[in-house]
Amino acid sequence: MKEMMVILLSAMLTDNFVLAKFMGICPFLGVSKKFDSAFGMGAAVTFVILCATVVTYPIHHGILVPNGLAYLDTVIFILVIALFVQLVEMILKKSIPALYKSLGVYLPLITTNCAVLGSAVLNIDNDYTFIQSIVNSIGAGLGFMLALIIFSGVRKKMEYADIPETFKGVPATLIAASIVSVSFMGFSGLFS
Amino acid sequence: MADKNKGLGREFFKGIIKENPVLVMLLGMCPTLAVTTQAVNGIGMGLATTFVLLGSNIVVSLLRNVIPDKVRIPSFIVIIASFVTLIGFLLEGFVPSLYDSLGIYLTLITVNCIIFGRAEMFASKNKVLPSILDALGMGLGFTLALFLMGSIREIIGSGQWMGFTIPGISSNPMLIFIMPAGGFFVLGVIIAAVNKLANRKPPAELGCGGCEGCPNASKCGGNGGNEE
Repeated sequence: MKEMMVILLSAMLTDNFVLAKFMGICPFLGVSKKFDSAFGMGAAVTFVILCATVVTYPIHHGILVPNGLAYLDTVIFILVIALFVQLVEMILKKSIPALYKSLGVYLPLITTNCAVLGSAVLNIDNDYTFIQSIVNSIGAGLGFMLALIIFSGVRKKMEYADIPETFKGVPATLIAASIVSVSFMGFSGLFS
Repeated sequence: MADKNKGLGREFFKGIIKENPVLVMLLGMCPTLAVTTQAVNGIGMGLATTFVLLGSNIVVSLLRNVIPDKVRIPSFIVIIASFVTLIGFLLEGFVPSLYDSLGIYLTLITVNCIIFGRAEMFASKNKVLPSILDALGMGLGFTLALFLMGSIREIIGSGQWMGFTIPGISSNPMLIFIMPAGGFFVLGVIIAAVNKLANRKPPAELGCGGCEGCPNASKCGGNGGNEE
């Protein structure tokens, strides 16, 4: 149990996917303007990362490794993720329209989010068991959501700041991200 | 003929400065920030990406009349992922040190928006020769941006550059520059400098680099997922 907590919290805080591993920077910068959209994107990514792990882990260990095809990981994983995102979108649209309405716009953007492929590959690289992989994916997703939500607060403040003309837009956002990243460095060494 | 050559030259040079994928179009931010703790890694990542971009642009361009429009996104993804696997094997075999330092980010070239964007925007609509030049130009622009980032971070953050020790800094380097926070900071400053030099209005607030070439543009309604 303790080991699970360490995996969960280190994926969330010390090895935060966005601020320490630089995965999913595009949605981090693009969809963090408002709290609502940050929360929606975070929830959608957490959900897809979890589902992708549940699907890719058995494929890797059950089909690819026994047949000596482990080098096909990248090709198969990205295809599975793309198909899966499409599937989730269709299922949500049919069965839970309310949830689809709040997550719908973010789902297609997730295929090209490196956090999803990244966590699927990391779980394999780290030789995690199935349960450990699931815990790690949840931590990665929650960490992504946490970073997006915190950053949406920072950006709200920035709207009222007097920023020099050349720094307006993306440069100012990146420098704010740098400061948020410094604050996450405070977590390092917590679980070593 | 002269006009044609000029056109081809433009395809090549546009990627290096005017439409630089990282500094102007703001694509492929993840590898830009992640691997540039050293200038050498920046070059390695840039060249690996250029290889994948070249391969995928050639194949997509050759198959542009064969691939049905409806399944083009999965097809492009499979083509790109195949080339990523290939470069992974090549690096593991011939440059194992680079393979180790790029780590998982080598696999993540698959989801680099530059490659997908060029396949969707350029290679699927153009002949093979312009596509090759486009890939080389974009790849070179990406490599240069990564080299610049890597050089700044390595010199200030560790007092070294490409194996040389920089006197004065090496005794007391600012470690923060090779940490994640320094990556965000240096990229922000470089983009601001490019804005200033180009004397243009800052790009719109869109982390994904705009909707041109984005596979999801039709679904997200053109506002980067921000519901207004």
